[in-house]
Amino acid sequence: MAGSSPGSSTSDSILVVGGGIAGITAALEAAEAGAQVFLVEKGPHLGGRVAQLARYFPKLCPPTCGLEINFQRLRDNPAVRLFTMAEVQEVQGRAGRYRVTVRRRPRFVNDRCTACGACTEVCPVSRPNPFDYGMSTTKTIFLGHEMAFPMRYAIDADSCLFDECARCVGACPYQAIDLHMGEETIQLEVGAVIVATGWQPYDAQAITNLAYGHYPDVVTNVMFERMLADNGPTQGRLLRPSDGSPVQSVAFVQCAGSRDRLHLAYCSSICCLASLKEASLLLERNPQARAHVFYIDLRTPGTYEAFASTVLDDPRVRAVKGKVADILADPQSGRLVVVADDMVSGEMSRTAVDLVVLATGMVSSLDADRPAGAIATEAFGFVAEEGGEGGIFAAGCARAPMDVASTTLEATAAAMRALAAVRRDPVEVGA
Amino acid sequence: MSADRPTGVYLCRGCGIGECLDVDALAAAADGAAVTRTSAAFCLEDAQLITQDVAEQGLGSVVIAACSPRVNRQVFNFPPATVRRVNWREQVAWSHPAGEPATEELARDLLQMGLASARHTKPPTPYTPDHERSTLVVGAGPAGLSAALAAAEAGHAVTLVERAPEAGGFLRRIHRGYPTRAEALDTLVAWDTDDLVQRVTAHPRVTLLTSTTVTGISGQPGRFRVTLEGQASELVVGAVVLATGFEPVGPEHFASYGLGRLPDVVTSVQMEELAAAPEIRRPSDGRAVRRVVLLACDGPADAGNLPYGGSVASMVALKQAMYVRQRNPEALVFLVYEDMQTPGLEELYYRFVQQQRGVFMVRGHVSQVTEGGDGALLVTAQDSVLARELQLEADLVVCSVGMVPTSAAQLAAPASPHLQYLQGETLPLHRAGFLDSNFLCFPFETRRTGVYAAGCVHRAQDVAASRRDGAAAALKALQVVEKASQGAAVHPRVGDLGLPEFFMQKCTACGRCTQECPFGALDLDDQRHPQLNPNRCRRCGICMGACPVQVISFPDYSVEMLGAMQKAVDLPEDDDRPRILVLACENDAYPALDMVGINRRQYPAHLRVVPVRCLGSVNAVVVADAVQRGYDGVALLGCRSGENYQCHFIQGSELLGTRMSNVRETLGRLALEEDRVQVLETSIADAHRLPEVLSAFAEGVVALGPNPMKGF
Repeated sequence: MAGSSPGSSTSDSILVVGGGIAGITAALEAAEAGAQVFLVEKGPHLGGRVAQLARYFPKLCPPTCGLEINFQRLRDNPAVRLFTMAEVQEVQGRAGRYRVTVRRRPRFVNDRCTACGACTEVCPVSRPNPFDYGMSTTKTIFLGHEMAFPMRYAIDADSCLFDECARCVGACPYQAIDLHMGEETIQLEVGAVIVATGWQPYDAQAITNLAYGHYPDVVTNVMFERMLADNGPTQGRLLRPSDGSPVQSVAFVQCAGSRDRLHLAYCSSICCLASLKEASLLLERNPQARAHVFYIDLRTPGTYEAFASTVLDDPRVRAVKGKVADILADPQSGRLVVVADDMVSGEMSRTAVDLVVLATGMVSSLDADRPAGAIATEAFGFVAEEGGEGGIFAAGCARAPMDVASTTLEATAAAMRALAAVRRDPVEVGA
Repeated sequence: MSADRPTGVYLCRGCGIGECLDVDALAAAADGAAVTRTSAAFCLEDAQLITQDVAEQGLGSVVIAACSPRVNRQVFNFPPATVRRVNWREQVAWSHPAGEPATEELARDLLQMGLASARHTKPPTPYTPDHERSTLVVGAGPAGLSAALAAAEAGHAVTLVERAPEAGGFLRRIHRGYPTRAEALDTLVAWDTDDLVQRVTAHPRVTLLTSTTVTGISGQPGRFRVTLEGQASELVVGAVVLATGFEPVGPEHFASYGLGRLPDVVTSVQMEELAAAPEIRRPSDGRAVRRVVLLACDGPADAGNLPYGGSVASMVALKQAMYVRQRNPEALVFLVYEDMQTPGLEELYYRFVQQQRGVFMVRGHVSQVTEGGDGALLVTAQDSVLARELQLEADLVVCSVGMVPTSAAQLAAPASPHLQYLQGETLPLHRAGFLDSNFLCFPFETRRTGVYAAGCVHRAQDVAASRRDGAAAALKALQVVEKASQGAAVHPRVGDLGLPEFFMQKCTACGRCTQECPFGALDLDDQRHPQLNPNRCRRCGICMGACPVQVISFPDYSVEMLGAMQKAVDLPEDDDRPRILVLACENDAYPALDMVGINRRQYPAHLRVVPVRCLGSVNAVVVADAVQRGYDGVALLGCRSGENYQCHFIQGSELLGTRMSNVRETLGRLALEEDRVQVLETSIADAHRLPEVLSAFAEGVVALGPNPMKGF
């Protein structure tokens, strides 16, 4: 493509920041329309938060089903260049011409890795598994999960003993492990940027009345997803963290941090539907179980209404309109008691349950830390939709809290806007 | 092996295969190969050897027994040779005990099956006639305008067709938009619709045709022929975006609120008109309004009999509260709602409006609206917070009305693209009347390749979301033309160049393939034979599964190939070595089987797994032949069917279900037990369940005793 002014080149490639469902979708959709794409992911594997979910609402289908198709599309498409363990540090320039600095941390495993697993057999160090939010362990040389993409191990630099041990180096039949691998800085020239950096769960410990961290049987919704997942720490069996006994009843505490000016002023958008989904998975696993959902408003817009009413019509599900004031332990039964203000009856209700699931909200990953330069954030670290002639576009939860269905829509839209930005006739590019 | 396509066979010892199997002994079994090699790891330096052999020995076909075909796809790619992968790693070495005869037999059979499939694999001939880099956008509202501009900027010539005399769509009926940025909650968005239309039509690649309708679309991606009425009569375009929008739900659904009976009860759409005047006046007597009750109508009973709730109703009600307050700071507004649907950052606007003086939020359900004294209206609501009945006096009551997509059958004249397709004029509809698309993972994939839905005909959404939706649909339009130019399939078998071939001499003109194709790719010619529109085809193979006389095949996938693969398996006659054929959907069940191996769990070594494109591509003959030949059992592993189906080809597993009656007939004729053949619903998340499921099936088959047909 011709440059916008003599002597200056424009780039028609697109940078996608973040390898979750938004970034994967944006990268593939753009590449299949003919663009060259760089996909930069902070972690060792793609998939982001959705890979950690047990099921999607409303179809209760596994996220890995769509991910598998997407991973195959990536495997077959050389137009997407993937950088894992990489973070964008700086973006400078304007539409058609951004200079991007990417820092790639060492994986300590090179591309000779066949994922045979010989290394894990000899690795003597275990560490909490972040994929299971610490509810299981992996060796310090690990594969994210059974469907990890790329299918290559990585070493956790925080727990590895490196040269003190180096047993994996000797065990690897393919010379794939290099404990002296260094950090790299990569410079890219791109015409447009799609920010798909996603979200982090809100720190539940900050909501002191909900007793997370105080009682082991108070967990967050993202942890509960792992407990429900077939590839989770308990292979989908629901057991109480405190004593390993089966879970017979669960209280879902909505808006744990969301819609609360002391925590997150906004709504996290997905938690009502996520809890209803988790309630129905609970009943699928244990038909004798009971679910209690404590909410302010049930946000189930549009066609989700049908799914919500199916779950709520189940006599084993009790929905209580009201905010949870306290979570207490009953020392006699070992169960937890949820104290809530029932807005309909006007009374305080006390509900004894085996497990409390806090519907903790979403925090933009850019809230704490964003690259220098052209990527601007607005309130709460979300990226504003850029209108006009700009070249930076947001997709998914980097723009606002949203569900997966909206994320894939928006990621496709961002891919189009980025493609239009890099192909737009130079005369139209704002001077 | 055919002499004109010499085959190279490459057997890997890496990743534990060498420790599990006697690879050298197995190499000797690959008779007829032009080259046979083994390696400690073919995916590393030794991949070069294969490249070399293909070049120097002119190999037409490469068979690699190593890891799963799901991995190393770029590494094991040796054009112009076709490649067949034998899954010795995940599905043998990682999932079966090392050094046992049963494991060795499994590996030998899988290799023979790979060789058989290679013999039935031809390189594809891509279909690449002329194609148009252009898009037709139907509907010039927010979604259509956005689609048109995006497609034009990215290089397509765009024809934007609008039924009305001017472009702008519903945008022209909205007074102001609600704020979308947290920074500017007090500013309602004023759209300059004329300016927006002008910016789109000013693009040199955009042609706007107003007062024009589409009367017919035929052809296929890359080359759709469009007939029109209005400013043009004919067009040829590469792809189509449908953005025909919605209609507000009819007032009859809000009769209990007095809508249509009481003049001062209006819809939210009418409120937009009232708000466009300098002062908001009530329709009955033109008096400026002082007390307004806004009904968010967001309760389940309130959607106007629509099978879905409001997506924008709460935000519209909040915005309209601001209309009233901004015009008359003395006016009072009561907003009655049940569940305030302001997800995400919209919550900030809810908070903002809630804090306005003179705006009162009433959580409850409206039971009726009646006439009070003095021309006032009386709204009776059940306040669910205070748990009591509440009466609100008002001089204007506004009902938020739902959106009905223009495609919905409940409308008097639903919008239609008038597709000249055998399977009908319109796209399949969602149960709520929206143009159906793959919900969730691939939201723009429709069942009519190259025809994409955008805006409120796709799902109920606001202006900003419609604009995004339009842009996204435009991308799919670009993509489908890009792929058509290469002769390649779009999602989910992106890049597949092979097309179904029809052996017409044997075709009985039954038409089943044309009915079962999920994408309407087949029309009928004048002899009532199937006529393929290649660029509509998604290569699922369902036509191949449907054909009762097996005349449909792909260059690299056919009934003959599946038959040859099952015949390549040795069927021992002794009782303790049963053989079970497993036909596994390659999208979900096959990866799940891989994951059993990745997790180093085991399942019976009697199973012989053949990946299939979709269970719907399995012809009943394949199953019947297998039982007739002497397989003790056949398991079909595929995705969930029904309303929450997971099949990437929509109803593949469902179609197989109906074909199974043929198989049961065969079993009956052979006096064989029905339980020998079973469909086992398997999702990709079932890896942890599969070993038990497969063992149970195998045990059941063993309990039935050997298939008496064996050896006949």
